[in-house]
Amino acid sequence: MDFSSLLLGLLDNLIRGLSLGSVYAIIALGYTMVYGIAKMLNFAHGDVIMVGAYVCFFAISTYGLPPVIGILLSMVVCTALGIVIERLAYKPLRQAPSLAVLITAIGVSYFLQNAAQLLWTSSPKVFPSVVPKGNLTLFDGQLSISYLTIVTIVVCVIIMLVLTFFTNSTKMGKAMRACSEDKGAAQLMGIDVNATISITFAIGSALAAVAGVLLCSAYPSLTPTTGSMPGIKAFTAAVFGGIGSIPGALLGGLLLGIIEIFAGSYISTQLSNAIVFGVLIIVLLVKPAGLLGKKIREKV
Amino acid sequence: MTKLRHMKKSTRTSFFTYGLVIVAFLIIQILRGTVGIGSLLEGQLIPICAYIVMAVSLNLVVGISGELSLGHAGFMSVGAFAGCAMANGLQNLVPSEPLRLVIAILFGALMAALAGFLIGIPVLRLNGDYLAIVTLAFGEIIKTILTNLYIGVDANGLQASFVNDTTDLAEGGIALIKGPMGVSNTSARISTFVAGFILVMVALIVVFNLVNSRAGRAIMATRDNRIAAESVGISVTKYKLMAFTVSAALAGAAGTLYGCSQITFSANKFDFNTSILILVFVVLGGLGNMWGSVIAATALTILPEALRQFSDYRMLVYAIVLILVMLATNSPAIRSFFLRIVRGGRNEDGPSRSAKKEAAK
Repeated sequence: MDFSSLLLGLLDNLIRGLSLGSVYAIIALGYTMVYGIAKMLNFAHGDVIMVGAYVCFFAISTYGLPPVIGILLSMVVCTALGIVIERLAYKPLRQAPSLAVLITAIGVSYFLQNAAQLLWTSSPKVFPSVVPKGNLTLFDGQLSISYLTIVTIVVCVIIMLVLTFFTNSTKMGKAMRACSEDKGAAQLMGIDVNATISITFAIGSALAAVAGVLLCSAYPSLTPTTGSMPGIKAFTAAVFGGIGSIPGALLGGLLLGIIEIFAGSYISTQLSNAIVFGVLIIVLLVKPAGLLGKKIREKV
Repeated sequence: MTKLRHMKKSTRTSFFTYGLVIVAFLIIQILRGTVGIGSLLEGQLIPICAYIVMAVSLNLVVGISGELSLGHAGFMSVGAFAGCAMANGLQNLVPSEPLRLVIAILFGALMAALAGFLIGIPVLRLNGDYLAIVTLAFGEIIKTILTNLYIGVDANGLQASFVNDTTDLAEGGIALIKGPMGVSNTSARISTFVAGFILVMVALIVVFNLVNSRAGRAIMATRDNRIAAESVGISVTKYKLMAFTVSAALAGAAGTLYGCSQITFSANKFDFNTSILILVFVVLGGLGNMWGSVIAATALTILPEALRQFSDYRMLVYAIVLILVMLATNSPAIRSFFLRIVRGGRNEDGPSRSAKKEAAK
């Protein structure tokens, strides 16, 4: 193997890693925003991804709607789902110990998986790609990048830019940051904390729908448990980058995707998950609050 | 009776729990001897024992030591693989089944304790959700490693390989661990309900004696206030590591018990979902409450089986029950609603428990 093909191989893996990492980053954003504001690990997030993917699948395959409408529809359904879950299951537990909320989130996750299994059976559905098939070829055909990969990365960048603008510059975004810093003080300043938490769930769930569609376009087998493993990985990514931090979720997601693809290509496919988690452990041991997380000093 | 009243509360709780388990065991044994309990429940007896031990051991980490662990099934996995590989390897050397089971369980517990100790050293430096995610990560790593491990034994001794099966066993050799295929119990399934009962009792005795000892009070002190505990000279790492290792050893023993009751099992059996399942037992039973864990583990293992008449809907019902129980026990609004019903329309006097908790902050 000569040097240029080695370099091209590296580049190819890097792009694939960025694409997978973009999906993780979009999911991790949902985790991290909800954690930042409600201080809870929303384990049902991975299953919202799955619901989003199913909605899009039926919109495109069964009703023959164009992919854009399918994505918008799944975003709307997931947003509504996120708000309903928050209202029914999490809102009554605002004051409860965090473990009780965690178990409730797990209950919601079981509920969504089993409801999906009843409604749509467990036989895998072949997801139609929402992006036209085809490749962009570079370097005289030595490097080909699928359109889906490009679209995934671009979508992730757009989402990141919009979210950054939203949280930094809009009134709602400021309210969100205020709530995540100190709920009591935010309430005293006239911020509707409950509405803000609902909106956070809505945004997180809409992002989950987008992630679900992109994920299933890349790995087209859709089952009721499709969302679990990417959910766990994205959760890992959120912690990796520093949970509660939006740029951290992006960084964590991208790094996780790249490490996974590289470990799979150069070391062993079977061991890629173990390597991803191993790197996570090492990073957390060196930086116990994640890459971009703030270290909170304990006061005595 | 007067003697019982003079006992310390902790002693009374532990005796109540022992009594609960012994009475349940006797009732089931009598029923099995006379009318029978049905094949469904019969098949669940050993798993229930294993899950009780898992719940009690996880309660030691989550309830007593106050650290959220999401990878407890990993230790169960280590125990199951190590213990059952040992049991299969010894089938010609140790003909007595109970003795073989005891050796297997001890070996499984030892290996899991070793894993717990090694993992605990780095993990326990972290706290809160970061600790939780690292235990999750270790659980997944253990699963991946065991899925890719091949170990066999023949006349030439032990052979092991990783990722690709290169073990070349001579005639009469036994493949102990077969990568993604897991472990097949070539010898008869040696776990029994009596062994399960004894293991539950041992686990309870170990945990109660640890909790009510000087070490146990130190562990609870580090949970309640790490800084205050450190300032009175308690080594936080040492005591947290002690709780973590004991918990891992018990989980390993439970794993061996479970593994030796199955014809075959693979590492995928002990994944993240199993860890979560056991955490659900612990939280539903009450943090730090051992008899709660025993009851929750039993009830929630039987519940999906008892719901078989709903066939497809059973897991959905299970999920709804789980959510409703969490809401009913933790939501102040719903709890006061129930209290009002119980007290016959009267409003509860004094601030509610959650309000008191807020005030205490």
